[in-house]
Amino acid sequence: MRIDGERILAANGLMVRRGGVQVLDIPSLAIEQGKCLTLIGPNGAGKSTLLLALACLIKPSTGTLAFKGQRLASDHDLFAYRRRVAMVFQEPLLFDTTVFENIAAGLKLRKVKHAEVERRVREYAQQFGIMHLLQRSARKVSGGEAQRTSLARAFSTQPEIIFLDEPFSSLDPPTRDSLIEDLHRILHETQTTAVMATHDREEALRLSDDMAVMHTGSIVQIGSPEEIMNHPANDFVAAFIGMETVIPGMVSSSERGVLTVSASGRDILAVGEAAPGEEVCLCIRPENVTLSTAVADRTSARNVFAASILRIIPKGLYYKIEMDCGFFLVAYVTRQSLDDLSLHAAQMVTASFKATAVHVILK
Amino acid sequence: MDLILEGIRQAIHLLFTLDPEVLGITALSLKVSGSATLISLCIGISSGTAVALNQFPGKRLVISLINTGMGLPPVVVGLLVTIFLWRNGPLGSLEILYTPTAIIIAQAVIATPIITGISMAAIQHLPRELRLQILALGATRLQMVWILIREARLPLLAAVMAGFGGVISEVGASIMVGGNIKGYTRVLTTATVMETSKGNFEVALALGIILLILAFLINAILTHIQQRERPR
Amino acid sequence: MKQNRLWAFFWVLLLLGGALLVTAPASAAPVQKNIILATTTSTQDSGLLDVLIPIFEKKTGYFVKTIAVGSGQAMAMGAKGEADVLLVHSPDAEKKFIADGFGINRRLVMHNDFIIVGPPSDPSGIKGAKSAAEAFKKIAVSGALFMSRGDNSGTHAQEKKLWKAAGIDPEGQKWYQQTGLGMGQTLNVAAEKKTYTLADRGTYLAMQKNLGLDILCEGDISLLNIYHVIEVNPAKWPKVNAAGAKAFADFMVSREVQEIIAKFGVDKYGSPLFFPDAGKPE
Repeated sequence: MRIDGERILAANGLMVRRGGVQVLDIPSLAIEQGKCLTLIGPNGAGKSTLLLALACLIKPSTGTLAFKGQRLASDHDLFAYRRRVAMVFQEPLLFDTTVFENIAAGLKLRKVKHAEVERRVREYAQQFGIMHLLQRSARKVSGGEAQRTSLARAFSTQPEIIFLDEPFSSLDPPTRDSLIEDLHRILHETQTTAVMATHDREEALRLSDDMAVMHTGSIVQIGSPEEIMNHPANDFVAAFIGMETVIPGMVSSSERGVLTVSASGRDILAVGEAAPGEEVCLCIRPENVTLSTAVADRTSARNVFAASILRIIPKGLYYKIEMDCGFFLVAYVTRQSLDDLSLHAAQMVTASFKATAVHVILK
Repeated sequence: MDLILEGIRQAIHLLFTLDPEVLGITALSLKVSGSATLISLCIGISSGTAVALNQFPGKRLVISLINTGMGLPPVVVGLLVTIFLWRNGPLGSLEILYTPTAIIIAQAVIATPIITGISMAAIQHLPRELRLQILALGATRLQMVWILIREARLPLLAAVMAGFGGVISEVGASIMVGGNIKGYTRVLTTATVMETSKGNFEVALALGIILLILAFLINAILTHIQQRERPR
Repeated sequence: MKQNRLWAFFWVLLLLGGALLVTAPASAAPVQKNIILATTTSTQDSGLLDVLIPIFEKKTGYFVKTIAVGSGQAMAMGAKGEADVLLVHSPDAEKKFIADGFGINRRLVMHNDFIIVGPPSDPSGIKGAKSAAEAFKKIAVSGALFMSRGDNSGTHAQEKKLWKAAGIDPEGQKWYQQTGLGMGQTLNVAAEKKTYTLADRGTYLAMQKNLGLDILCEGDISLLNIYHVIEVNPAKWPKVNAAGAKAFADFMVSREVQEIIAKFGVDKYGSPLFFPDAGKPE
């Protein structure tokens, strides 16, 4: 957990029970000012619940929240806090009126003067590219335009923190991409702190300064995107972030930071710190596995294995190759490579990957 | 058939000559049913919204009661209100029996469950997360309730029309608690019944036609508001 | 903008509602001002009260609430103290009412008479019958349809008396039908189905033109329909407006009113609908 940077929001002992079941258990969490923290995890991990609890829209069973060092205790504190933050949901949830009135909604609730309302609505409509829709009925805009309206509505009150609950998941890819870019830009321009839940890894990588992986109500790992993506703390995180090859094994020797791990009768070299005899899990990203049909020349890859192709699965822009090297191994190749190498099932190939590409998780 | 034609002719005649008694009866109908609907609207929309938005023990039972109340037989309401209001009843000292106020009370009792039930359904039908979104925009609980009511304005107006329709056409309770006193508690429906029992079918028909016209005009206005052109 | 208009509309509605309620006619007037008069539908339908009540109200400042129900219900109201004064025409029930202590000062006001009407063809041949009871017997024997009001009204009570006098029990007989409705409606049904029925002369005269039923038996002393005014006993029900009741009863038997009664209906029907009897021996 990072301690540098100013803490704008701190949660302690946050627990939420629903229907007798513990759905959220966060011993402590600190949100840094001006940064974007994404919460990733599968459905039911508790991301939405955590967002609602941090935004003080639901009451936790236990736990405290401190905003800029001040504890939020009384109903009045909570109300004042809610007025300084904003939240956007997966559905735009627009009101049955014009786009203009929707964007102005938060301002009107705060009794902002008419001229100022006009100014701000136009400003944020401009930011989100929906100036031309201001007089349109909210019922008559597309999904992307609606979500832009919802974002403009949230930003127009100039919140200090913005909470977003999977705001792009119901949009099609091109719309999503353009919106992500706009959001990224505005977050940076306005230096607004953001906490966003998503189950899309690319989205998370694009927007986050920090990432938290959630599983059954708890945060299992929190850190920078690189940390999480390349050094998952356990096999759940590894699997979730896309390390498709997870091999259990035992360290047979360790020398100058290089481990030899015995797995299914093979020796795999990995970089890491562990004592011989320890049980470990080795994780390898498919992108880091190279295939060749020729007999291997000397390469810098320390791990070279003969592999038999089990399955080739098309995955849109690339192909997933599942192989048996004695242990199960997954590689990604491009269409081009597939054709060049004439890869097919039951073929014998040579698979290689560097020791540095093997991530070791201590069991 | 001639009876109906004669009734129509009488209706036109009564309206055009501005027959004072008929005008008085019509104005009283409007006043009484209008007031009852207004009271029911205030109580009904607020309680319907409250039930829809809150969790409390026995909520299922309350909802069942409201739904049952929507089908309350008006005569039974009339009887119960009479028992409460007559001299030796609990509220007898208020001397309200056989006054227009009594009719307003009875009609309000009839219309309130209707408006409550429909309002409740209307609010429950709004997206579940809308409440959270409104609170997230910085609304107080009161502001949130107002916005939810505004979002559900179409079905809520339908509720008002249902309530009004139910009471402007009501006769059993109105006769019992009002007494059908000439120039005082005689409304279109009770006058129609009286003329029928006297055998003056044409007059009865005429009054019925006037009642229909009145109900239609009011509903036309309400419908216009409900369906008012939304922005392009 | 739209929101403001909706708000404005809401407030206008609320104010209008408030104004309507405020200007509603006096509801909480002191006990002394209101008199609840329980009477019968036929009395009201004749239109006599529409003439007399305004005169009374102007003269005395009382506000009379005329509740027109059947004689039976009127006396039930009086028995519960929910009426101040009764104007009814069901002598036997009235005597019991007084005997039970619910009413005081039972005074004769007026009478009209009942008539037996029926289809002009007179299938049971009751025309010329020597008494009403005999006419009834003829109807029963011939099995011709008879329409009864069946609603415990004064008319109904009289009719039951006549059946008893004729020694017939009409209940459950095929030819005996009951409407449960007021006099005017019952006459219409009788005309429609071409049956015999017992009616008060006043209502019959008012509807005669369009009915198509003829008077087939009249004048018999058993057909007299006698109206009394009874004040509800304040000793039994302290809340009744005893002063008002007495004022109204006095009014009904006053000479001035009796004269009005005598003339009522003459210009419209050629003969008066009621015959004033105040002060005469029963």
